[in-house]
Amino acid sequence: MSQQQPPPPPAPPGGAPAASSTSAAGDLTDQLIATSIWTDEMVAGAGIPVVDVPLVSVGGGIGSFVLADFLRIAGMPAGSMRALGQADRPWDTYAYLASVSQIPEPERLRSDAGSTPDNIWGFPSFAVREAFGARSLTGFIAPLFQVLVEPILTDYYTPPAGHVYAGMQREADRIGWWDMVDKGQVRMIRRRAGGGYFTILTPPTGTSATKRVAYRSHHVHTAVGYPGVRFLRDLQEYREKHQDFTRVVNAYEPHEHVYQELRKRPGTVVVRGSGIVGSRILQRLIDDREQHGAQTTIIHLFRNFVDGPQGKSIFMRRPGADGFAYQGFNFPKAAWGGQLKNRLERSDPEERKELIAQMGGTNTPKRKLWQQQLAKGRREGYYRTQVGTVTEVYPGDDGTVVTRIDTADGILEIAANYIVDATGLQADIGEHRVLNDLLEHGGAGRNAVGRLDVEPSFEIRGTRSGEGRIYASGSSTLGGYYAGVDSFLGLQYAALQIADDLASQRFVKKIGPIRSTLQWWKWAFNRKVS
Amino acid sequence: MTPTLFGRIQTRVFLVAVVGSLWTLLITPVLPGVDGVPYAMTFSILLVVGLAGVVWEFLYHALQQFRWEKDWPTLLSLITGVNEGVLAWFIVAAGFAPGIDDGVPLSAFLVHFITTWLVIFLYANGPMRVPFLRWRYRGGRLV
Repeated sequence: MSQQQPPPPPAPPGGAPAASSTSAAGDLTDQLIATSIWTDEMVAGAGIPVVDVPLVSVGGGIGSFVLADFLRIAGMPAGSMRALGQADRPWDTYAYLASVSQIPEPERLRSDAGSTPDNIWGFPSFAVREAFGARSLTGFIAPLFQVLVEPILTDYYTPPAGHVYAGMQREADRIGWWDMVDKGQVRMIRRRAGGGYFTILTPPTGTSATKRVAYRSHHVHTAVGYPGVRFLRDLQEYREKHQDFTRVVNAYEPHEHVYQELRKRPGTVVVRGSGIVGSRILQRLIDDREQHGAQTTIIHLFRNFVDGPQGKSIFMRRPGADGFAYQGFNFPKAAWGGQLKNRLERSDPEERKELIAQMGGTNTPKRKLWQQQLAKGRREGYYRTQVGTVTEVYPGDDGTVVTRIDTADGILEIAANYIVDATGLQADIGEHRVLNDLLEHGGAGRNAVGRLDVEPSFEIRGTRSGEGRIYASGSSTLGGYYAGVDSFLGLQYAALQIADDLASQRFVKKIGPIRSTLQWWKWAFNRKVS
Repeated sequence: MTPTLFGRIQTRVFLVAVVGSLWTLLITPVLPGVDGVPYAMTFSILLVVGLAGVVWEFLYHALQQFRWEKDWPTLLSLITGVNEGVLAWFIVAAGFAPGIDDGVPLSAFLVHFITTWLVIFLYANGPMRVPFLRWRYRGGRLV
């Protein structure tokens, strides 16, 4: 294959090793930090050792893994890419967030059968694999029947989280992923004079002779996940003012103590958020009532209560009821690969922002179990809804937390034992160190919704360095030409676009029908990618 | 699936012309109630199903516009075989299918149509993605 080679390493001055020329510290200097485009000499001068590799992927999570999968299948040698990140396994961060937000491994994700981060084709789907892995006739038929009749007669099929992780483990072994990973925390990506980039990694203490290591590459890919969890403003103020991190919790942080305490004695929980995370929290609270005898009263707070289908046009009307906007996945299905995807691609930036808001926003699937649980809760009075705007949260009597709400009927105060912020809000991309550095020094800009401005190929606009390109995938790119970026299928689509863009530069081969079919056979028989 | 109109038509033509033809080659020799190996008859039926199918796609696409998800659920792509089969039978029975002079036994039509429909359905809902990696992101467009 025609593999681009990284730029040649600089000739060591005077024949001495580059790292020993001026400084043995191997750390960032003020000059490096302040300079947007680095020369080889600057890096050598700081004593930072350089690793040459054609492509670096920053993150090391599922986004990096899925890109590696596509590129390996497109003919890239394992040695041509390094994934830099802190996790032991690419799905660790995802599994952690899923687990604390109440999707442990046996529970099902919100992802369809064909969104397969361990298989670039989406075939066989998770439903087919679940059927053929079943040990009973019912276990065989149930998932196949569900994908046949979804969503008309049943809920959408969604795979158990554990199946997805096991699939990625197998694929990681197959493509040689484990040898492509260098652990550590990425500090920054800077353009290199003469083309390409430097990516600065801080390896774990004791694993490297220097504090930093520089990866010099032609191209860089970033897939850093969520920049951080964001709290509702009033809850953040409460936590900071009263230093109470026990009674006011976020669904994306460990909060098992809430459920354990509520099993022991009756209590009241205020749940904020009516998206998928809110639904999971409600399910857990009601499961604990039904299975463990908890006597919890749930007050579900809505700022915007959806009381019916949303949308003026009958051709663009989302189902909704009981406060919730309903759809199977975080966007309507056609946003991933149908007419809504086409429409988004044709729109201008402002139209895209509007369309993304219309198709996305806060929504949750209309699952039969959740409908039944909430209906029962309403009947028996332990699930109540309240609509209004929270004006203040403050400590109450007996260790409670009081939420003051401005409602249509006046001011209301609700005392609760716990408040769970299940809004699933994400921090601004500027709060992520690497992305912020790209915005300040790398030439990256923001799109209409404030995230990274990317091309249809997922190249970050404005960051080109010579022939080198920086790509991004995942939630940091929301607001661009593709809505479902923060999903397994979205990561696969981004990886395909990036692989095609790299193929156009002869970095890898284009995956045409023949290569695709041959490689699929290899996948099917679990043969290693060469 | 999440087809676009153009994707629907391309996929339909490909499935009938390639997958349908291959299956018709295999099934024709064992069809009940016919003499010999009536390839002219079965390929004529396939042509009718293909041409009528392109027209059907316009209706399906119009119905899809009432769905928020703008998708076409798997079950619909299976059960539309009923209306399409009925129409195809009437076209064939009325003598509008080219190259069929002696009429078609219903048993032969049913076996041919139903098996072809199922083979196409199964292929489109899985193996189609293997050679055509980008197909599912392009609303069913192949080119």
